[in-house]
Amino acid sequence: MGQFLFSFFACFAALCAAGVVVCKNVVNAAMCLLLCLLGVAALFIRLDAFLLAFLLLLVYAGAVVALFLFIIMLLDTRGEQAPQARRGLTIVPRVVAVALIGAGLASLALRGRLAAPAAADVPAVGASLKLYAYLLFTTYLLPVEIIGFLLLTAMLGVIVLSKREGEHSGYGN
Amino acid sequence: MLPETLNSYVILSAVLFGLGFLGVLLRRNTLVIYMCLELMLVASTLALVAFSRFNGTMEGNIFVFFILTVAAAEVAVGLAIVVALFRRTQTVRVDRLDALKH
Repeated sequence: MGQFLFSFFACFAALCAAGVVVCKNVVNAAMCLLLCLLGVAALFIRLDAFLLAFLLLLVYAGAVVALFLFIIMLLDTRGEQAPQARRGLTIVPRVVAVALIGAGLASLALRGRLAAPAAADVPAVGASLKLYAYLLFTTYLLPVEIIGFLLLTAMLGVIVLSKREGEHSGYGN
Repeated sequence: MLPETLNSYVILSAVLFGLGFLGVLLRRNTLVIYMCLELMLVASTLALVAFSRFNGTMEGNIFVFFILTVAAAEVAVGLAIVVALFRRTQTVRVDRLDALKH
């Protein structure tokens, strides 16, 4: 059963990821990304990382994809969909790409065996919320503070970026 | 049926990363390029969670926590840049954003 679930969600995520790359329509690509994230969240649950699966759904599927859809609607780029004739790839990138993929597959075939115990033999430390809280507030307290500062900076940056040019600050006018 | 081992998870993460990379290289729409970047980030988080699970450690999980936060900030700033760019040039296609060429 577990193996079937893993196979199903792995294929699902990979197919949806291919959909993101292939779909001509931007909205369809965003929907494929959403489905792919659902598949990855299911795999997180298979890996006993319940908090991370929840956060992935909340942050990525809930906020990021919704933001993408908002921007797609806002920009309305349908008028410029007509692509000019796509230039064919020249010979050099073809050779390089085939060589790289071949090298990757060869290294996978030769040395692609990671020695790891079965999941049942290892305690699922990622399953408990307590450990996350403990580590985030002891060992990783400084990174947490820095991340908070980063989010604040990003928020201010977005506000500055989204101001129209020549527009004075909102105070007084 | 795929065996549910660390190897399978890492290979799947490599496949997802490769697909995202392919999208970044091939697509011309800035928004789709951003989505493929997100795909690459998610692929790396999958590898981290798998390594963490099969080694019985917590570090990978905590790192994924930070990656999620940074990705959220990155998407917000990136999309704001795309909107500012669209206001100025009326396009989001990277093959038309060639101001540095001229």
